[in-house]
Amino acid sequence: MSTETEKPERHNYVSYQTLLLGSMALIASAILAFAHLKTHDEIELRKKEDLLASLSQVIPATHHDNDLTQNTLKIIFPGIDVRKDEILIYQALKAGKVTAVAFEVSDNGYASPIILVMGIDRAGVLLGVRTVSHTETPGLGDAIEIEKSDWITAFEGHSLSNTTEKNWAVKKDGGEFDQFTGATITPRTVVNAVHKGMLFFAENRDQLLVTETSTTTDEANKKLPEKK
Amino acid sequence: MATTIRQVTSEGLWTNNVVFAQMLALCPLLAVTSSATNGLGMGVASTTVMILSALVVSLLRNLIAQDVRIPVFVLLIATIVTLVDMIMNAWLHELYKVLGLFIPLIVTNCAILGRAESFASRHRVGLAMVDGFMMGLGFTLVLVVLGAVREIIGSGRLFTNASLLLGDAFSFMEITLIPEYKGFLIMILPPGGFLALGFLLAGKRMIDRRTSPKPVVRNEEQMIVGATT
Repeated sequence: MSTETEKPERHNYVSYQTLLLGSMALIASAILAFAHLKTHDEIELRKKEDLLASLSQVIPATHHDNDLTQNTLKIIFPGIDVRKDEILIYQALKAGKVTAVAFEVSDNGYASPIILVMGIDRAGVLLGVRTVSHTETPGLGDAIEIEKSDWITAFEGHSLSNTTEKNWAVKKDGGEFDQFTGATITPRTVVNAVHKGMLFFAENRDQLLVTETSTTTDEANKKLPEKK
Repeated sequence: MATTIRQVTSEGLWTNNVVFAQMLALCPLLAVTSSATNGLGMGVASTTVMILSALVVSLLRNLIAQDVRIPVFVLLIATIVTLVDMIMNAWLHELYKVLGLFIPLIVTNCAILGRAESFASRHRVGLAMVDGFMMGLGFTLVLVVLGAVREIIGSGRLFTNASLLLGDAFSFMEITLIPEYKGFLIMILPPGGFLALGFLLAGKRMIDRRTSPKPVVRNEEQMIVGATT
C-alpha cells in the first residue's frame, strides 16, 4: 500500500491532532444538530401517521368522525402496561359522543415486553387488537403480527360478558384462544394482556367515556382528573 | 502497487470478502440472518453506509493525522449512521419501517472501520467508493446466502416477507420450499447462525483450495483491525 504521499510534519504535533479531533467533533455535532432540526418535524409527523394507522386498525372508521390522535386522556393505572403506570387513552368521537376508546397494553413475552394496542366500544366489546412491537422468536412467536397471521383477529367481538373469566386463556390452559405450534408463551401473554385491558376498561368505564377532552395540549390534560 | 477497479471488485466479492476472508462484521451478520429478506435489508443498509464512509474518509485522508485516525474514523462513521437514520426516518419512512431496525446495528459493524482504515484512508475518492460498494456487495451476498440457508432449514421457506422490503412486485420471491414442514428451530436461533456460518466458511475454503494451489494470503493489517474491534 504505497499509493500514499508522505504526511506533512505538522501531523506529528499534539496541537494539530487536538485541533483536528476538536474541530471534527464540532463539525460533526453541527451537522447532526442541523439535520435534527431539519428532520424533527417530519419524524414527529411520521410517528403520528404510524400511530393513527395502528389506531384506525383497532377502531373502524364507522365509529368516529374525529382525528383519533386528538382526543386523549391519561389515567394512572398500574398493572396493564409493564412499561409505565400512566395509560394514554385515545377516544373515538362521533357527533361529540365517545363511541370507542383505544389504548396500549403490554406484558412480558418470551424475550421482552409485547406491546399491543386494543380498541373497545362503549358496550365493552373488543373492536380489535394489533401488535405494536415485540421481539418474539421469528417464525414461531411472530404469528401475533397481522402481516404474518390473522391469529390476532380472533379477539374481535369478544367481551367480558360473552367470554367468561376461564375462557380468557389459550386452549391448552382451558380457554378458547388457539396457541401456535411450538409457541405457547407468546399467545398466552397476548391473551393475558388483552384480558387485563378488558378488566381495566370495565373498571374505569365511566371515566374513559367522558367527552370533556377537546385538545391534546398538555395544559388540557393536566386539568383532567387523573383518577377517581 | 497500483490497485485497479478489477482487483477491488474481486477482493470485495471473494478473495478479501468482509466475512469469508476478514472475519469481520459477525455481530450484525449473526443477529439478522434469521431470514434471507432480513439479510438483504441489512446488506443494503450497510452498503450505503460503507460507500458514504469511504467517500468522507477518502476526502479527508490528507488532513487526518496518523496518531488520531481511529477516533476520527469512529466519529465520522457514527455521524454518517446517525444522519442516514434521521434522513430515512423523515423522508423514506416506508423503507425505514423495514430497515430501521438494522441501522443502529450498523455501528456494530467493524468492517466499516476496517475499510476506512485499510483502504479509504490510503486511496483516491473514486476507488475508495468502489471498494466500499464492492465490500458492501460481498457482505450482502454472505448475508443473503446465510439467511437463505437458515431460513430454508429452519422454516422451509425462502424470502419470507420480501414484499414488505421490496414492494408487492417482489412477492413472487416468497416461496414455501417444504410444505407442511415442522421447522428446525435451532437454525433460526443464534446457535444456528454459528453452525451455518461454519459450514459456509468451510465451503469457501474448499473452493479456494480446489481453484488455487497456493494458500490464501492473509492481509495482516486487516487481521490487526479485526482483533481490535
